[in-house]
Amino acid sequence: MSSQAHPDIPAPLANLKIQHTKIFINNEWHGSVSGKKFPVLNPATEEVICRVEEGDKADVDKAVKAARQAFQIGSPWRTMDASERGRLLNKLADLIERDRLLLATMESLNAGKIFSHAYLFDLEVTIKSLRYIAGWADKIHGQTIPSDGDLFTFTRREPIGVCGQIIPWNGPLVMLIWKLGSALSCGNTVIVKPAEQTPLTALQVASLIKEVGFPPGVVNIVPGYGPTAGAAISSHMDIDKVAFTGSTQVGKLIKEAAGKSNLKRVTLELGGKSPCIVFADADLDSAVEFAHQGVFFHQGQICIAASRLFVEESIYDEFVRKSVERAKKYVLGNPLNSGITQGPQIDKEQHDKILDLIESGKKEGAKLECGGGRWGNKGYFVQPTVFSNVTDEMRIAKEEIFGPVQQIMKFKSLDDVIKRANNTTYGLAAGVFTKDLDKAITISSALQAGVVWVNCYSMISPQCPFGGFKMSGNGREMGECGLYEYTELKTVAIKISQKNS
Amino acid sequence: MATTNGAVENGQLDGKPPALPCPIRNLEVKFTKIFINNDWHDSKSGKKFATYNPSTLEKICEVEEGDKPDVDKAVVAAQAAFQRGSPWRRLDALSRGQLLHQLADLVERDRTILATLETMDTGKPFLHAFFIDLEACIKTFRYFAGWADKIQGKTIPTDDNVVCFTRHEPIGVCGAITPWNFPLMMLAWKLAPALCCGNTVVLKPAEQTPLTALYLGSLIKEVGFPPGVVNIVPGFGPTVGAAISSHPQINKIAFTGSTEVGKLVKEAASQSNLKRVTLELGGKNPCIICADADLDLAVECAHQGVFFNQGQCCTAASRVFVEEQVYGEFVRRSVEYAKKRPVGDPFDAKTEQGPQIDQKQFDKILELIESGKKEGAKLECGGSAMEDRGLFIKPTVFSDVTDNMRIAKEEIFGPVQTILKFKSLEEVIKRANSTDYGLTAAVFTKNLDKALKLASALESGTVWINCYNAVYTQAPFGGFKMSGNGRELGEYALAEYTEVKTVTIKLDDKSS
Repeated sequence: MSSQAHPDIPAPLANLKIQHTKIFINNEWHGSVSGKKFPVLNPATEEVICRVEEGDKADVDKAVKAARQAFQIGSPWRTMDASERGRLLNKLADLIERDRLLLATMESLNAGKIFSHAYLFDLEVTIKSLRYIAGWADKIHGQTIPSDGDLFTFTRREPIGVCGQIIPWNGPLVMLIWKLGSALSCGNTVIVKPAEQTPLTALQVASLIKEVGFPPGVVNIVPGYGPTAGAAISSHMDIDKVAFTGSTQVGKLIKEAAGKSNLKRVTLELGGKSPCIVFADADLDSAVEFAHQGVFFHQGQICIAASRLFVEESIYDEFVRKSVERAKKYVLGNPLNSGITQGPQIDKEQHDKILDLIESGKKEGAKLECGGGRWGNKGYFVQPTVFSNVTDEMRIAKEEIFGPVQQIMKFKSLDDVIKRANNTTYGLAAGVFTKDLDKAITISSALQAGVVWVNCYSMISPQCPFGGFKMSGNGREMGECGLYEYTELKTVAIKISQKNS
Repeated sequence: MATTNGAVENGQLDGKPPALPCPIRNLEVKFTKIFINNDWHDSKSGKKFATYNPSTLEKICEVEEGDKPDVDKAVVAAQAAFQRGSPWRRLDALSRGQLLHQLADLVERDRTILATLETMDTGKPFLHAFFIDLEACIKTFRYFAGWADKIQGKTIPTDDNVVCFTRHEPIGVCGAITPWNFPLMMLAWKLAPALCCGNTVVLKPAEQTPLTALYLGSLIKEVGFPPGVVNIVPGFGPTVGAAISSHPQINKIAFTGSTEVGKLVKEAASQSNLKRVTLELGGKNPCIICADADLDLAVECAHQGVFFNQGQCCTAASRVFVEEQVYGEFVRRSVEYAKKRPVGDPFDAKTEQGPQIDQKQFDKILELIESGKKEGAKLECGGSAMEDRGLFIKPTVFSDVTDNMRIAKEEIFGPVQTILKFKSLEEVIKRANSTDYGLTAAVFTKNLDKALKLASALESGTVWINCYNAVYTQAPFGGFKMSGNGRELGEYALAEYTEVKTVTIKLDDKSS
């Protein structure tokens, strides 16, 4: 995710019409059972874009019935060639590519994303991820196994069944495809609950699902709130797996509900307080830029945010100086407008939380280098903020901020910084900047993080498994092993009259 | 390839079958030159050779005839395209896969043209070319497109204070020599995994059937593969084929053809630079019909299994072993089938069998038929050429065949079914395995234990149970013994097109 010059991209779609605002079940559009709707806001203007049907338990039940039906043995989905599943997913990628401008505009409008980022990054990652996943569909192998006894033994990697998927608001389209694509590639059926802040691109994709020709009931989308629709999914007795991306706090509730109900399989992608360690021998300018993008991208609303920056003593002052200079270069405003480089936070709740943490930084004695408060008087904007002289006990060094706030800390020794970096219940990502071979390998082995980047940051690629150690999550998404999280393994052993090797 | 009933199903919600595709009459052959660096070249020698339509025996056109200097030119181009830092080497693996997907799209776009060319050049029925050869070609490109960014090495916990990992790198310049029986399909089987793994390629299509390969060259260029990644040199075995097999800068060779020539290829590879070798060779494939089989199914599968593609399949079911109790009935039904097989113009939608590929094959088949008669097999039907019809041979069935007859031992590669009798399972296993070949085998039974026992006992790279020619891009295909070395298709193909490098880094300290 570099800040290199962008190639020419089209202007956002003018007069974007939101066509899809209903619940999507069995390839059809439904009103909510309760009749309720909820507003969807533009975080740059705080205005209502439209109202969307509000799903609750009754709608989730309807969706589960459809998904279960589509999963029956003998159904079109279950009897479809695996290669055909892959072909449908590739077709979906084709249609997303066709509608790239529409989807990027919608994502920018609803999620507050800088339009060029939405068009170049979110849509690119979405399409590439989908094509990657599509390629796996007919390559999900079981094994034949030389077991003891006169047996012919093999394993099948079957779809798990009906999968509930709860999507966050920070990367609505990318996160939708990571989950939905993986589940479908393995032959499951799904019920998706997009974040209540950002349901629009999910519903647009639903229309493409129908256009591609996935059988009815394979994909169902129920917009709504966490405590209602989300909770209904987590505790549903007829959902076989739940996948959630969001806060650690809510992730715990989901795993608890899954345990209390039917022991549905759980994968979680949660928060982080990811360390970035910069050694004196690093390429300083490169480290400054990667560390900067690592915490400021998408207004800091990324699970991998490099929100604890440990800089070796001898380069500390220079590093702070350059980072502050970099943080001052933003132009805040409506993310759909060209020339804008920082958009709003997603909503009032996040906005207030970030400002509260910034105040705590000031109170607890961190040095405020720039920014430090709200921007403008409409829209949920926060000034890009840099704190230096941060110490490990401060709230800004311990709690996930999810905003455009960078914490820079100093370190002396390698062993010490590893301990400090690992001293958190989170464990999602980490960055290491050094030219030294041994340091790079030793530290990447020592850090308790699911993804370690060396001399770079935020280089997410669909071929690589992604996920957290400790309380940053359970399980992995993407890569080969991410796909296997959407399969259930069956061992079949057939008695034969005489085994030969 | 054909499944149990020989036809590919096109499911439609409204129950109506789609309209059958029509060949392009008077198709102009546009691509007849040597393809190197995305350009069309004349042969260095100036020579050309003719390619014929085996149905009409007329010359279709002339094609530039490559020889060693043209192979050398192609290898130089392929090597340059493979250099570290080249566009091809720097491309993201996902993008390599994307190029293969786009190639599949273009093959799909030009499906009718390619199927027409294939029929003109090989004599196979047009509908078979369209629905089987082209379908397999498209699916193969798409399947391997999906593998490109999933070719993974490992990190490995060795002893000592080291970090150890493997890289699965492309081998380099790969030579491929493809046969005339399924020209485009066999080309895809080699090109797809080679490109998927990041190699560059020098291909020699069969001299009898160069046209679809050269057309594919134009699509390679249209998709935008970097120049030099794919090079195609038409020509003959003893010249172009030999040059490829012994070229010191070709790192691997893949050959599909006869066992006789396969041995020469492997010998040349060894004598030159120990290039890696994969071979897909001949077969004398047993088809075992147990008394409890679904007899109609078995008859049909055995029939298509030996007669499909004019009998010109490495997988041909050329030794049908029938359990004593059902032998008479099986023979009777098989003969009925054979007599009904429509032989004729491959462009006619009703035709199931076209001509043999050339005079040499034609003569060999008739000679083997004569040997069958001489050695005492019972000729049930056919047994000679169609009168006044060039390279067409009547569908022929021999019964009462015994293991020592030439028709039971030698690969015929023609429309000749040989039916033998067996008593016990152990006996038929021994007889089925007593051959130097080992490509495929088929078993027809409803019994679970019999099926699994035979699957395990038969010395064949593929065993089909209650089906025939069920070949899928997802599953490996190749021979035991002298039917070949290595496997094509499936994940297993990737191992043949990658070279494994182990990297071991010594550390000052280790954390596991």
